[in-house]
Amino acid sequence: MTNASYLIRSASLLGTTTADILVRDGVIAAVGENLGSDVVGDATVIEAAGLVALPGMVDLHTHLREPGREDAETVETGTRAAALGGFTAVHAMANSSPVADTAGVVEQVHTLGRESGWVDVRPVGAVTVGLAGKQLAELGAMADSRARVRVFSDDGICVSDPVMMRRALEYVKAFDGVIAQHAQEPRLTEGAQMNEGSVSADLGLAGWPAVAEESIIARDVLLAHHVGSRLHVCHVSTAGSVEIIRWAKERGISVTAEVTPHHLLLTEELVRSYNPVYKVNPPLRADSDVHALRAALADGTIDIVGTDHAPHPSEAKECEWASAAMGMTGLETALSVVQETMIETGLMTWADFARVTSTKPAEIGLVEDQGRPLEVGEPANIVLIDPAARWNVDPYAMATKGRNSPFAGLVLPGRVQATFFHGHPTVLDGVLNTPYRHGAN
Amino acid sequence: MNNPSAASGDGQPAPSSVSRVVLSAADIERALTRIAYEILEANKGGENLLLLGIPRRGFPLAQRLAAKLAASDPAIDPAAIVGQLDVTMFRDDLAQHPTMAPRRTELPASGVDGKTIVLVDDVLYSGRTIRAALDALVDLGRPRAVRLAVLVDRGHRELPIRADHVGKNLPTSSSEKVRVRLHEIDGGTAAGDQVVIEAGA
Amino acid sequence: MRHLLSTEQLSRENAILILDTAQEMSAVGEREIKKLPALRGRTVVNLFFEDSTRTRISFEAAAKRLSADVINFSAKGSSVSKGESLKDTAQTLEAMSADAVVIRHWASGAPAQLANSGWIDAAVINAGDGTHAHPTQALLDAFTMRAHWSKLQGSSSVGADLAGMRVIIAGDVLHSRVARSNVWLLRTLGAHVTLVAPPTLLPVGVEHWPCEVSYDLDAALEKGVDAVMMLRVQAERMNASFFPSAREYARRWGFDDARLAKLDALNLKDTIIMHPGPMNRGLEISSAAADSPRSTVLAQVRNGVSVRMAALYLLLSGEMREPAAAHHFPAAPPVKDHS
Repeated sequence: MTNASYLIRSASLLGTTTADILVRDGVIAAVGENLGSDVVGDATVIEAAGLVALPGMVDLHTHLREPGREDAETVETGTRAAALGGFTAVHAMANSSPVADTAGVVEQVHTLGRESGWVDVRPVGAVTVGLAGKQLAELGAMADSRARVRVFSDDGICVSDPVMMRRALEYVKAFDGVIAQHAQEPRLTEGAQMNEGSVSADLGLAGWPAVAEESIIARDVLLAHHVGSRLHVCHVSTAGSVEIIRWAKERGISVTAEVTPHHLLLTEELVRSYNPVYKVNPPLRADSDVHALRAALADGTIDIVGTDHAPHPSEAKECEWASAAMGMTGLETALSVVQETMIETGLMTWADFARVTSTKPAEIGLVEDQGRPLEVGEPANIVLIDPAARWNVDPYAMATKGRNSPFAGLVLPGRVQATFFHGHPTVLDGVLNTPYRHGAN
Repeated sequence: MNNPSAASGDGQPAPSSVSRVVLSAADIERALTRIAYEILEANKGGENLLLLGIPRRGFPLAQRLAAKLAASDPAIDPAAIVGQLDVTMFRDDLAQHPTMAPRRTELPASGVDGKTIVLVDDVLYSGRTIRAALDALVDLGRPRAVRLAVLVDRGHRELPIRADHVGKNLPTSSSEKVRVRLHEIDGGTAAGDQVVIEAGA
Repeated sequence: MRHLLSTEQLSRENAILILDTAQEMSAVGEREIKKLPALRGRTVVNLFFEDSTRTRISFEAAAKRLSADVINFSAKGSSVSKGESLKDTAQTLEAMSADAVVIRHWASGAPAQLANSGWIDAAVINAGDGTHAHPTQALLDAFTMRAHWSKLQGSSSVGADLAGMRVIIAGDVLHSRVARSNVWLLRTLGAHVTLVAPPTLLPVGVEHWPCEVSYDLDAALEKGVDAVMMLRVQAERMNASFFPSAREYARRWGFDDARLAKLDALNLKDTIIMHPGPMNRGLEISSAAADSPRSTVLAQVRNGVSVRMAALYLLLSGEMREPAAAHHFPAAPPVKDHS
């Protein structure tokens, strides 16, 4: 892998200007039209006419399941899926087993990520010990560990105790951390199975009301304002949440928000099939919510797209709806779903896409070397996508172990042609190439 | 019996080029009159008779026969000696056809025990409907005797069953359809009643 | 129609076909030999993931009267209760060549999953799933109402619907699969339905249902009603703050003696009182109401067998391998061949 250099020829940079990109020694060595052989040298040429070059995508919300649920996913399989999906960094959520609530566990995940070499793996630390909401986890130790944790979340469970949330928000200021809240009032959602509304009434499934999300977000933005901390809201799913976040941002409160690809495309109507592949938390919502989320992502009220990639073994989904696990895979479909919902609809440009899938998530997670512009001297984390491609989503053809893609059978636009991670092509011609070896370059 | 509609009297006038009338309204009337006399003769009078029509067209035929019996024997109350026997649930071909809705079985208050039952149907073909009728009858009680009266016997029996009273023996090919039109079921006037043979498809 | 999963998609034509067929089946129950050979050699599995002796024996009697072989598979308390999945159970039944699976399940949607999963080829009859649907209960309720309604009109019930009938369904609508199935079926049959419940026991979204909603049972009765169906209220709802106390519930939403007298005072002499059972006497219905001549509780039980016979017969008697796409009963009246 020594001395590897690549010339990406005639790519469309962020969907605008066409240029060549020379990648050498892990960085962007040159950008320009028709780079001459004097500059290029013996670089391997990658023809990129018709392809869009974007900064490698950064996911702030990934469940890699390792340690503990290696039957569902491993760091190796999850990061392969990430690379194929155009990502160069993922944040591994803390709800593993054991929970990532100590420096030991986050360092283990971090090390597994480095060894895999497909993307940067940034562990998310638990806010409370065992996600139990009773006692703060050793946030400082995780921040100071080799994993350098900056994002903390009990994702899957809401930090519902207001005092606990306040203390967490305050405490992480010491190392510029951020609390990523899974906003779900627990008492209002006991036994909840799907969005509460006319569909849940028809189906006889216990409702998950929008107010259970919105009331927590309202409380948390006020808390963040009060203590002057950074708050990140995971997987915003309702129009009402958008309004609260918009209000908070207008007040100058330091809040960022995320939306998942599935909440941008799918609605609760799908639950009528009782197919548990559509069971997710927060649940799929109404059509009006979907449109509010798209508008909010386009206008910046919602800052980023986070996949909430949540692989499950098939037995966790091939069962009664009420018994089924919540969650959907998303790493290998995120690009296509965002293209379908935001770009094909004219709501966003590819430059906006780069902002919500790379620049902003890297900023929120304080991930150095990621989310950088495609300019000379910047780290060569680059994805090349073919926006004209159309493909039929087949969960069995994916790299993730999870077969629980709600997009199965859909024809979606956009395919990743190549992913460069630290200047190394982890994906070439749309298929996995080889991992990057840390220290080898 | 491959095509369940093949022998059905659905009352639709068939194109004349492929169908011919084998019994007119008057022919049907005469045949029923003769059968009524035969029934009385075989039963040595009108006592203990019960005419059970098999839906759908067997039932109006049974009613017509009862009226004729009453006309010749004033002791007979025609309404008290006619019933309907549905055989749907006893058929041996339920699994070969689309679902068939059952029809009503109605018996006079006297029941079937000790009676001489005359099963009445419009067309006798394979004999399987009559087999089903005999089974259905057994579940309702124990008649003294069971006889069979049909308007038309078109042959092609598949079971050892024969009719005691036949309006007309009608040699047919199995590809032909026999359509019986009775105004009680099919509408129209009594004068429009007829039996038609249609050439098979 | 290949399965009977809910009443929401049941057409008027098919609903009436089931009721008419049930009418013929009911005659069999009055005969000395209460048996028909129609489903001889067919296997019906009663797959019960939730206790319900009443529903199970009703289906069992129905299947046996049609001469089907019946296998009772109680998944509660067996290896199935935890661990073995619905999928494995379904495949076991498939291996046993079940022709129909009558499934009762605590989870809403389990019968639909069984029918649509491809795990099993048998016809699926929903015998109650979670808080979703209980189509045979709604059909037997409609059958009971139709017999009453036709008698009042002096006409034959065969082929009839419930046009013009005013029905109140009162009680815990939120958790009631009986209420859900009745709302859709009664709508299809032309009845006018009013749901009466405390606001806490009505689902969010009920405003989209084809019925009226009221919080006031007395006001609803005063508008005139031909059938009042009282729903069972689980006492444990009280502990979850759905209502303050059993006494307050009974007073506001129970069919008590005062409301029984009110029917007389309103000159509603032909109004019937229905209950799917089992009843909580003194809570949602008083003993005097349950035992009054207006009560159809026992007729409902009796009609349950006929309706379930009709459903089993119509789903199982047709061609063995009706294509899955053909979700309908025969459109034209079936014809008899002259054999």
